[in-house]
Amino acid sequence: MLSRKLLPKNVTNVIKGFACQCRNYSQNETLKKTCLYDYHVKNGGKMVPFAGWSMPVQYTEGISESHLHVRSAAGLFDVSHMLQTRVTGRDGVAFIESMIVGDVGGLRDNQGTLSVFTNERGGILDDLIVSKTEEGYLYVVSNAGCADKDYNNMQTQAEQCRKKGMDVNVEIISNGLLALQGPSMSSVLQEGVDFDLNKLPFMTNKMATVFGIPECRVTRCGYTGEDGVEISVRPDRAVDLAQALTGSSKAKVMLIGLGARDTLRLEAGLCLYGSDIDETTTPVEGSLTWTIGKRRREEANFPGASVILKQIKEKPQRRRVGFISSGAPARGHTKIYDESGSSLIGELTSGCPSPSLKENVSMGYVKTAFTKNGTKVKFEVRKKMIDAVVSKMPFVPSNYFSPK
Amino acid sequence: MATAVIGRCIFGQLNKLQKCKTIAKVTNIQCRNISISQRLLGVKYFTEKHEWVEVNGEVGTIGISEFAQDQLGEVVYVQLPEIDTELELGQEAGVLESVKAASEVYSPISGVVTEANTALEDAPKLVNDSCYEKGWLYKMTIREPTELDHLMKEEDYLKFIKD
Repeated sequence: MLSRKLLPKNVTNVIKGFACQCRNYSQNETLKKTCLYDYHVKNGGKMVPFAGWSMPVQYTEGISESHLHVRSAAGLFDVSHMLQTRVTGRDGVAFIESMIVGDVGGLRDNQGTLSVFTNERGGILDDLIVSKTEEGYLYVVSNAGCADKDYNNMQTQAEQCRKKGMDVNVEIISNGLLALQGPSMSSVLQEGVDFDLNKLPFMTNKMATVFGIPECRVTRCGYTGEDGVEISVRPDRAVDLAQALTGSSKAKVMLIGLGARDTLRLEAGLCLYGSDIDETTTPVEGSLTWTIGKRRREEANFPGASVILKQIKEKPQRRRVGFISSGAPARGHTKIYDESGSSLIGELTSGCPSPSLKENVSMGYVKTAFTKNGTKVKFEVRKKMIDAVVSKMPFVPSNYFSPK
Repeated sequence: MATAVIGRCIFGQLNKLQKCKTIAKVTNIQCRNISISQRLLGVKYFTEKHEWVEVNGEVGTIGISEFAQDQLGEVVYVQLPEIDTELELGQEAGVLESVKAASEVYSPISGVVTEANTALEDAPKLVNDSCYEKGWLYKMTIREPTELDHLMKEEDYLKFIKD
């Protein structure tokens, strides 16, 4: 009964792990633990293997309940498994720009952007958030699943840069990382900081003392579509921070696991690396052309620039779009056909029943002729054809904070 | 909530039916609707994949266990076999989908489908709230009663999921 062949790879791993957990705790022994591991277990977290880490897939509440709580109040996620790095040196910006498509030079101090590492074929090696800091270094956060690859690539490239006489260094920040997400975030966090959160717009950051814990980097970003922050905190104070946030009198802050993290990001139209984007997809195909800075296009000096710029000019063969469907939920690897059901036009990369919309939401790649919103298509789910419509993402309106 | 209480009660504590009735009374539920007497006649057999089949004469009713519904989380979509479908033992009979996963239901016995629980089309969550009662999935003829010998009695199944 509890089989999972219909699930996309990443989610399958989560669920497989879930089943393993029920049967065999010893499988978790080789997994890495975040600084909040004991805290999760103590709070009823169902721990599963994820990208080499033992992480909570959910707590005592179900995924839908957790999901909806983040949309209506606030949730706290442990994202300490992600790779945090510090890029120092006079040539830090030139270094990072030699690996990614974003215009980091154009960022103001304490401002950040979503970007992607690319390879020479234009494929996406990982997505990341890179932020300038007023302390003079770059703060980079990238995926846990790509941590070894990202770190090795960055060190190799830094070495190359140094050989050319550039001044750059890359080091891991061994901090915990907590994401507080939801409309109640600002009222909860405001009590614990001595600066006005209204002066911290979406995608900006600040080093601050948070609930008495010094040297926390607070970045207004997240992976849910809601207003939120990610707080980088020294590992020995991560539990203190989690307790301060969940103990807030301003709103109920619920602990949220990977399960709801996945459904929240799907509703927000955000990509999961390894499912929706990978080394075989370019940022243009992945509908992430907006991450390629204007200056970077003109300079054409990022890895894979020739492939990527050609795709921007001539349109790619296929592109990532969103879909809404009813009936049986459509998940990753579902085949997409044209409206007549006769011609295969693409494949879903992820999908789930949307807890907010009570419809099924998904994203995937289709031939460019079928990418227009409102285009009717068919999904093949268990040998049956299901009606679906190309739909604008995010599926649920984003609630990112910009000062009025 | 009340149905969940009673469902679990019957699941785990057949020998404590009196307590169950008391709970039903306390929560002001009409016991008649729950047909407890019928349940006492029917015996449930469980598979290692967490389906159950309850035998009433020549008809078997199939559902999933409390453990399975808990693992699956809130069921949002149910696909059931069509009436007159001939199912072999272990054949995929339907699918239950929660937010996080799709799980196949494998027929615990062989036979022909006589009825599907159409109430689940509009209320799939009945599988969670009442997995042994209102959340049953389908009914079928029992072609080969000896197949039941290979399934677990409730007591053995409870041991099985504990291990």
